Amino acid sequence: MHFPRYERIWLIAGISTLFLFLLLFGIMAVGMGLNPPNHTETIDPKAVAATPPFDNPGLKQIGNNEYELTMTAQIFMFSPSEITVPAGSKVHFQVTTPDVVHGMQIAGTNVNIMAIPGHITRYTHTFHDPGDYLIVCNEYCGTGHHYMIGRFVVQ
Amino acid sequence: MTDNAIKEEKGFSFTRKDSSLILAFLGVSFVALLLGAVAGLLQVLERGGYISLQPQWYYLLLTLHGVALALIFTTYFIIGFLYSGVIKTLGGKMHDADRRTGWIGFWMMTIGIILALFAIANQSSSVLYTFYAPMKASPWFYVGLALVVVGSWVGGTPIFSSYAKWRKANKGQPSPLFAFMAVATFVLWVIATLGVAIEVVFQLIPWSFGWVSDIDVSLSRTLFWYFGHPLVYFWLLPAYIYWYVNIPAVVKGRLFSDSLPRLTFILFILYSIPVGFHHQLMEPGITSFWKFLQVILTMLVVVPSLMTVFAILATFEIAGRMQGAKGRFGWVKKLPWNDVRFLVPFFSMVMFIPAGAGGVISASYQLDQVVHNTLFITGHFHMTLATTVVLTFFGISYWLIPLLTGRTLTRFANNLGIVQGVVWLLGIFLMSVPMHIVGVLGAPRRSAFSTYAGHPVVQEWKPYLLSAGVGGTLLFIGILLYLWVVLYLMFFSPKAEKPMPYPIGRVDPKYQKPPLFLERWPVWIGLTFALILIAYLWPVLQMIQHAPPGSPPIRTW
Repeated sequence: MHFPRYERIWLIAGISTLFLFLLLFGIMAVGMGLNPPNHTETIDPKAVAATPPFDNPGLKQIGNNEYELTMTAQIFMFSPSEITVPAGSKVHFQVTTPDVVHGMQIAGTNVNIMAIPGHITRYTHTFHDPGDYLIVCNEYCGTGHHYMIGRFVVQ
Repeated sequence: MTDNAIKEEKGFSFTRKDSSLILAFLGVSFVALLLGAVAGLLQVLERGGYISLQPQWYYLLLTLHGVALALIFTTYFIIGFLYSGVIKTLGGKMHDADRRTGWIGFWMMTIGIILALFAIANQSSSVLYTFYAPMKASPWFYVGLALVVVGSWVGGTPIFSSYAKWRKANKGQPSPLFAFMAVATFVLWVIATLGVAIEVVFQLIPWSFGWVSDIDVSLSRTLFWYFGHPLVYFWLLPAYIYWYVNIPAVVKGRLFSDSLPRLTFILFILYSIPVGFHHQLMEPGITSFWKFLQVILTMLVVVPSLMTVFAILATFEIAGRMQGAKGRFGWVKKLPWNDVRFLVPFFSMVMFIPAGAGGVISASYQLDQVVHNTLFITGHFHMTLATTVVLTFFGISYWLIPLLTGRTLTRFANNLGIVQGVVWLLGIFLMSVPMHIVGVLGAPRRSAFSTYAGHPVVQEWKPYLLSAGVGGTLLFIGILLYLWVVLYLMFFSPKAEKPMPYPIGRVDPKYQKPPLFLERWPVWIGLTFALILIAYLWPVLQMIQHAPPGSPPIRTW
């Protein structure tokens, strides 16, 4: 097919930008390990409260400045809903839900994950900046959706 | 297409039977627009804290807003518009059997919509237009939506069959561009809706009636988003048809090329379906490799989009120069800036630039972590769907309705239409831009007004949400203005003395004919399915084999 010269220039510029974008995502994903949650671990949504570790949700220190946070998102609350860690902590989240789909976002950070019934979502984030962060449910889950909140304090 | 040019000077009129069918589709789309607009206004005022609604009403309105605008308004308007262009370019009237099929599709869809709206109104189905399981709506909500989808397939049949008849009668000839694009749009729609049809028919309906007890949530979401992204291209492609085919005639120019737009549409079919995972980046159950692969396919859509930008601007320049423009940018002055058929869609093209950039951000593998499920997304699709697509549709209706009713587009309607476009731009600026910003600050989408227990970060969000309330009110006024013009053009504007032209751009005769391989649909559809299999087969098999225990239905409103 015939392409006029200006169109060729435009397409080459456009396609190069595209490859630059993709290269950047690729470097961040493969080189720096920056991937969104991607585990395929399953759990029976009807038995969340009886399945370890979700029978006992909470924050557990597992190393120097390293924590594991087991959390359930359910209508219309997070448990635990108040978490405090020191600045510089690496936190491994493991989240699930016994009922409907929820979103768990710590506003102002990159922690933004979905809780899907039947699945466990894992995500790791290091909190460098001290502050009082708001946790919101960002996937519609019912009448109390906008009251479903928590606090994440980095000291 | 030279014979069209001769007809064009004579003007064009639809047969009574054809115009009734098209007006029926457009009529339902306008009713849906009004319903959705009222719901939208109440929502944006509640979200800003201007009014206070009971939460169950807020989420009911949110469901109504999405279903009425994203599913009903668009689908009906698109079918009406595509019928009009197919009739115009493929012989002037629809075959009787095709018209009957069109009416069957119309009634199937309309019965479906009545069922779905009834289920929403009785408070049983506040599940939003994405109806994520395991929130369970009334089974009639799902049955209604299934009827809409199947009805739209039936409604698309006349497009395919008119095209097939024309090809048979004109062997070896490239089909008229409008008809080609209408076929491409519906091919995309049918392939895309297969996903949601499977979800609704095989998962949601049996489960909501209680015939099976549990549902696989991950699989249902995957099937939904397999459809949910191409859906936005189903809205966009008819706007592109107007830009590529009709606008060149409105600006008194020529088509830049007859082959390039065909290639663009084929690329849209290929690249827009196997990409749904980019809506599911933040959830478990799909491994990184497959998410990344689909992000690559998503980003490839940049190519046909940039081709469109080039072609449209080239069309404008050609038009200006044909009318004697001098100098590098002299052609800009020659464009019909006071013609609503051009100006309002031109606004929509301009808005597509920030809208597209927002799309690249939300689909980006890592950046999505900042904006996923925040108001950024809402701001983004109010720039794409609710501005780019909708303003183009408004521009189309300003000439298509008088053509269908045998009336004239008066100076009054033209100017009111322009005012409407400006009000819309202002409304979107005050609503969508703040939504983008506050989304980055972390404000969630799909939430009623909340003080979040007085958390300090919410104070930061407040001014943006207040601005969104003002913008949303302007958008509501914009819709009232639009509906006023529509009613005027349907019933009150003066009868036309002679038929007005249906704008179809002509190709410069010096260009070669479009290559026929672009019309070998089995090849393109086959390639699309191959890409879909590559992107979906393995992860979906994994999902099925490695499925968690299912979820029972839950009602949380």
